[in-house]
Amino acid sequence: MYSKILILRFPATEVEKPIVCYLVKDYDLTFNILNAAVLPRKEGVMVLELTGTRKNFKDGVQYLKNQGVQVENASQEIKRIKKKCTHCGACTAVCPTGALCIQRPEMIVEFDQKKCSVCELCVPACPTRAMETRPTNKAFF
Amino acid sequence: MSAMKNYKINKTYQEINERIRSGEVVVVTAEEIIDIVRDEGPVEAARRVDVVTTGTFAPMCSSGAFVNFGHSVPTIKTSKVWLNNVSAYAGVAAVDCYIGATEPCEDDPLNKVYPGEFNYGGGHVIQDLVAGKKVHLKAIAYGTDCYPNRMIEKEILLRKLPQATLCNPRNGYQNYNCAINLSKKTIYTYMGTLKPKAANANYCSSGQLSPLFNDPYYKTIGLGTRIFLGGSTGYVTWHGTQHNPLAKRTKKGVPVGPAGTLWVMGDLKKMSPKWLMGVSIQGYGCSLAVGLGIPIPVLNEEIVQYTAVSDEELFTQIIDYGHDYPNGISKSYGQVSYADLKSGHIKFRGEEIPAVPLSSMVRAREIAEMLKNWISKGKFLIGEPQFTLPA
Repeated sequence: MYSKILILRFPATEVEKPIVCYLVKDYDLTFNILNAAVLPRKEGVMVLELTGTRKNFKDGVQYLKNQGVQVENASQEIKRIKKKCTHCGACTAVCPTGALCIQRPEMIVEFDQKKCSVCELCVPACPTRAMETRPTNKAFF
Repeated sequence: MSAMKNYKINKTYQEINERIRSGEVVVVTAEEIIDIVRDEGPVEAARRVDVVTTGTFAPMCSSGAFVNFGHSVPTIKTSKVWLNNVSAYAGVAAVDCYIGATEPCEDDPLNKVYPGEFNYGGGHVIQDLVAGKKVHLKAIAYGTDCYPNRMIEKEILLRKLPQATLCNPRNGYQNYNCAINLSKKTIYTYMGTLKPKAANANYCSSGQLSPLFNDPYYKTIGLGTRIFLGGSTGYVTWHGTQHNPLAKRTKKGVPVGPAGTLWVMGDLKKMSPKWLMGVSIQGYGCSLAVGLGIPIPVLNEEIVQYTAVSDEELFTQIIDYGHDYPNGISKSYGQVSYADLKSGHIKFRGEEIPAVPLSSMVRAREIAEMLKNWISKGKFLIGEPQFTLPA
């Protein structure tokens, strides 16, 4: 199963049409709407988690784009601002996956993004605020 | 000082400084000296090595700066001062104030949304100043005949201030607790995040590199000791608040719990934002991470023996911050060595628990190396104390 959180932007001309229901009907995808709003100029914004097989997911996203819907990847990642990190180690107390760990004997704090689950616990735990949440590459689709 | 003792090696401050001036001085760090003393013995080591450098970089709450921001027209005798909306103590003189590291900014939600983030405070103001950033000053006054102004607002820059002096009443604690949490919920302390049921143990010392661990009886440290402070030169000016030389010690003389402290000062204008960093301690408050290093002159073989202390010989106590500490209960749940703590795990009640540092060893080493470099190049002379700290 493939799953991603997406931000969908509906142009004012499309906002009244039933669109997302066809993701289920025609593409065998499930979705969970996390947020939805129609803005003052009638454009619609929806944040949803879309789940299905990788192929169906891809076809579903293509269908949305064909309807004039702008699709963005809403997933986030944690980045370390190297200049701010003092290698104190405080973050390693809260990191649940071991993505932040101490290399011994140098006592350097290493950050392995592959192990990071984006739980964000390190963000407020870092005394110098060296850990940041950022959107992953928007040019994903 | 043990001037009466019969040492094989005797060096004076003047002799060591002469060697620094002539470029013949031999300087090593407090980590490098360990093997030298082990391999060559204290007498030979004391003959060969002149200075041992130490270092530490960690949040040190009892820090702050005196700022004189110059007179305005009409004149003002400020009674309340804010720097970037952080309150500074103004009951000093007309245009002097003291910005303390732990003062949070006025509109901070504190712990109302628990645990608070404490994103900006006095420590951050100090870092912004040394980074050369503009800081907004606001001050109010009641007005007098000689100082009629009631309010001023202006942008200040560190380099344009008449004077700014870092003045930290308690830095460089000689040893500190290893904190655990025996309660059933996560707590947020000045010792970092402590997970319930002793799921982690946090400690804060650079161990064998820590200044006061390397001169445990303060035989070379006192008023006038020249030090690395905030990236520049500073001085030890007094014993710090809560200085407690009577703490329990090992046979080698190092305290097994919090003991001595330092009062340090230096010219803020010469310091750097890399070595004075504002910090936000979740659920606790704001502070300032201070870079501090002391060069220890090897006056004799006894001094060099002290500097050769290693993490295996340095111990601290496991203290519960869930219940005991907030209730003023002084109880140790065991003694652990810094070698064990730095290994990443300690044994507690038969289980291995992660040991988490709060003090940067990377930065501590960098300080000891910088100090070594300054002294080797003749840029930094050893300051002879007028008197040493109470021992």
